[in-house]
Amino acid sequence: MTTHSSSDSQLEPFTEPPPAARPSKFKRALRELWKSPLSAKLGMLIVLSYIFVALFAPWLTPYGESEIVGGPFELWGDKYPLGTDNLGRDMLTRLLYGARNTIGIALITTLLAFLIGGMTGILAAILGGWADQLMSRFVDVLMAIPSLIFSLLLLTIFGTSIPVLIIIIAVLDSTRVFRLARAVSLNVVVMDYVEAARLRGEGLGWITLREVLPNIMPPLVAEFGLRFCFVFLTIAALSFLGLGIQPPTADWGSMVRDNATLISYGDITPLLPAGAIALLTIGVNFIVDWFLHKTSGLKDGQ
Amino acid sequence: MLSIIRLILERLGLGVLVLFAVSLIIFLGVELLPGDLCQALQGQSATESTLAACRKELGLEQSAPTRYFHWLANIAQGDFGKSLANGREISELIGVRLANTFFLALVAAVIAVPLSLILGILAALYRNSWFDRSINVLTLASISFPEFFVAYILILVFSVQLGWFPSLSDVSPDTPLLERLHKVFLPALTLTLVVMAHMMRMTRAAIINLMASPYIEMAQFKGLSRSHIIIHHALPNAWAPIVNVVALNLAYLIVGVVIVEVVFVYPGLGQLIVDSVQKRDIPVVQACSIIFAATYVLLNLTADILSIATNPRLLHPK
Repeated sequence: MTTHSSSDSQLEPFTEPPPAARPSKFKRALRELWKSPLSAKLGMLIVLSYIFVALFAPWLTPYGESEIVGGPFELWGDKYPLGTDNLGRDMLTRLLYGARNTIGIALITTLLAFLIGGMTGILAAILGGWADQLMSRFVDVLMAIPSLIFSLLLLTIFGTSIPVLIIIIAVLDSTRVFRLARAVSLNVVVMDYVEAARLRGEGLGWITLREVLPNIMPPLVAEFGLRFCFVFLTIAALSFLGLGIQPPTADWGSMVRDNATLISYGDITPLLPAGAIALLTIGVNFIVDWFLHKTSGLKDGQ
Repeated sequence: MLSIIRLILERLGLGVLVLFAVSLIIFLGVELLPGDLCQALQGQSATESTLAACRKELGLEQSAPTRYFHWLANIAQGDFGKSLANGREISELIGVRLANTFFLALVAAVIAVPLSLILGILAALYRNSWFDRSINVLTLASISFPEFFVAYILILVFSVQLGWFPSLSDVSPDTPLLERLHKVFLPALTLTLVVMAHMMRMTRAAIINLMASPYIEMAQFKGLSRSHIIIHHALPNAWAPIVNVVALNLAYLIVGVVIVEVVFVYPGLGQLIVDSVQKRDIPVVQACSIIFAATYVLLNLTADILSIATNPRLLHPK
């Protein structure tokens, strides 16, 4: 039991501040946030404002998501703050709704990738032997195919729809999560408390979820940020190619594609959704950098 | 020396195995189709007789393993089958486009590799200066910006506002080399910006890592200049990781090419695969995928082998 509590206390500084945590923990998290470097604060500000826009898009926008409100390609003005797109839909409205769709889908995909990759990775580390070999070699082969090309092939086979898109990207991306989860779990499964749990006769589920998972959270959380960026960029790229999120759903990648002709007239409107993608990725990277720095710094101090 | 050769042969064998596995996955992917290829093609309008005719034409009545080996043997001879969309030979469609894609990747590599090595060495030389820091910003931008964002910014600046380069890279087989280079410049620059940051960072890190070793300290005590130490003492030992990163990034170029080709309407393999996905022309997508994947695997294998061959420690195993 003592090893248990020590592993728990080791975990505390790493976890993201949960809203309903104990006051002391919450206060400590607040202090950490206050002490964070400017780049991390900027990153959090960016991410929070994106979340705000994503949640409240219907109240922030002047028009409906796919409502045609004027002629195509109208200029910036009072009626349409950022003009209209190729079909005469309000750009600002589409941009704000885009936050909801693009981020939402990327988030679900990343969660699914972590669910698949994380679980199989930990299992591979616990089971070892031929099961580990089988899973690892399979993942090696999947990773030998460039993921964009592989997703193009799978999208051809299964057709382009949002659920198919989410599953394909999640499965392909889970290979990277598998590698990380397996690698960090290998260091944990040799610990005495895991052996003790095995001897107590705990099942595979208990060992995975209660013994190993809590101890590999910090690298996984950092990886979550990075993988989210990667998934987000992949989905944007596929949507840009016309193979991701399908119309009339507002989405940043396809908005760039649909309005790209404006660029040849020197109009920067089509760059706004692309910039929105870049800004969010930068924000997440800032936070991940700070988090990695903090967690690795704490480890050095031990 | 023998152990190195054995290691390299092992890697080569592994690479061939991976190529087989990749081809198997690309082949089996199509088998996952609900029903079969013919049903997917004809959809609602399928009748028994048209289905049978279609299956006969595509050779679907044979068993899966037979078809796989048949397919593989044909590919080895450069025969990829026929396109479903227009019935043309796929090898005909691919030929010129493959050359175009390799040309674009080559131009990008020729710009990106020397530039990022020089900048990486400079960053190590002037560590923590404004130059070093601006390279950090560039790295952040290159991992955060979608390729199409970079591409359109370049179009806006260099094509629309300055008018130096065309925004469409519509080359044809008889375009003269100079004009071709001019047309291909913006897509190559986009690719360069995408892969450069990583190579630069790794070059810098490899050199800075070595700067802490005793023999470098010795050189410093002898009173040699910093640039002399970096170029003559550190760089020779930094080649292994640098060469590895360069090969990995060249592999990445092959994938990045897809989006850049679409933005600049460049007639390459990337555009072909995107068009074919939209038309659900499965044999063409399969053919393109296998070419992309094989190039990717081969470049990764090269990275692997080069890092073994350039690692002096492996020459003298314990």
